[in-house]
Amino acid sequence: MSDIADRVKKIVVEHLGVEEEKVTENASFIDDLGADSLDTVELVMAFEEEFGIEIPDDAAETIQTFGDAVKFIKEAQA
Amino acid sequence: MRRVVVTGMGMVSPLACGVDQTWKRLLDGQSGAGPITRFDAGHLATTYACEVPRAGAEGAAEDAFDPDEWMEPKEQRKVDDFILYGMAAADQAIREAGLAECSAEEKLRIGVMVGSGIGGLQSIAETAVLLKERGPRRVSPFFIPGALINLVSGQISIRYGFKGPNHAPVTACSTGAHAIGDAARLIQWGDADVMVAGGTESPISEIGIAGFNACKALSTKRADDPKRASRPWDADRDGFVMGEGAGVVVLEDYERAKARGATIYGEIIGYGLSGDAHHITAPPEDHEGAERAMRAALARAAIEPTRIDYVNAHGTSTMADTIELGAVERVLGDHAQNVTMSSTKSSIGHLLGAAGSVEAIFCLLAIRDQVAPPTINLDTPACETKLDLAAGAKVPRRIDTVLSNSFGFGGTNAALVMQRLTD
Repeated sequence: MSDIADRVKKIVVEHLGVEEEKVTENASFIDDLGADSLDTVELVMAFEEEFGIEIPDDAAETIQTFGDAVKFIKEAQA
Repeated sequence: MRRVVVTGMGMVSPLACGVDQTWKRLLDGQSGAGPITRFDAGHLATTYACEVPRAGAEGAAEDAFDPDEWMEPKEQRKVDDFILYGMAAADQAIREAGLAECSAEEKLRIGVMVGSGIGGLQSIAETAVLLKERGPRRVSPFFIPGALINLVSGQISIRYGFKGPNHAPVTACSTGAHAIGDAARLIQWGDADVMVAGGTESPISEIGIAGFNACKALSTKRADDPKRASRPWDADRDGFVMGEGAGVVVLEDYERAKARGATIYGEIIGYGLSGDAHHITAPPEDHEGAERAMRAALARAAIEPTRIDYVNAHGTSTMADTIELGAVERVLGDHAQNVTMSSTKSSIGHLLGAAGSVEAIFCLLAIRDQVAPPTINLDTPACETKLDLAAGAKVPRRIDTVLSNSFGFGGTNAALVMQRLTD
């Protein structure tokens, strides 16, 4: 697993208080990991902070799963 | 009108986490004051306070407050400390009264009224700095719901599924007493059968101390001996000592409590309110507003002042102490010589919005154990009085009926009269 994926997973585990095994490629923050809409706002802020990027609101709405987040951040850093 | 009794009690205080743990230390004459540890207070006029002891801190007792016991770590991050304290105190009271096990239908008739004087002061201060330094995109989505005063009542209702009235008074240092009095009336009027009521506060932060220092309200001259700083009615008092914590009770329709065989601590028989219409932070010299609140509570209880055995005073360790004493003497008349009055703020400091509810719990424990808690540090009374001020030691005595006073900035007064349950 890439370094980015590891760092994203760590943030998700910390913020949502879920077990690491549950944070899989297709795991939805809201449907599978127990987040509500405010949690997802906070998660996006944490990604921005960790990776020094800006995630506009319309882009943030497309980040629904762990895989989405990793993909977005990889592209943002490319 | 329906009768309202207390069937559950919970507390987080500067003496301990828990009602009986706090009560034991209070009767022992202990003080919860010490140097501020939560942040570096070296640059402030006041460097000491009555902090809630935290588990894991150096020298912490077994009954110190452990946040993880009351809220998951990931949830703790989303709320200010006043919500955390309120949730902990509510949970204790709710468990004791067995409310969590009530049916969905019963929960439609269970409400919550837990207020706070200031709410999420620390969160507001921290977020303001963050906003200034790093811009609006760094402001947490949990900032507002973690700082709003009524979110204690909201969080409690969400955790336990209580769907009755959901409310939160904000009347500075009268908040806790107003919450209990107003919630009792909701039961009397039939809006609810059970109310979870009280106050919570977490004002010990840099901005909180600086703000109250600016009002010249806090004790400043006992950094060398903080445990002696809160000294109601003492000639040497120089302001109140900031406290923090929460007190929450379960109020219940008497018939419901009786039917389920609940442990009943006492009955709320009187509640009086008044406004001073005088000054934003100070009472008038005669504090006739306090007198009217006490008289209104006694009138509502339909008892003569001669029935009062114990008074838990507002007594903050400020100049206003003797003004309150004068008002109490006028209400009690010659009966004052038979009454014990103490200020438990001498031990736990001033819990602001939580003070009234924490002190109501002390009153109910005084009835249960037939003992008045002491006013510690009262070495040289600032005035003469016929009242027994329980100076330096608890007073074992007959206590059936009690009066508890709370007064707040803005000139808002509340008095509660509580009584041992009689048929």
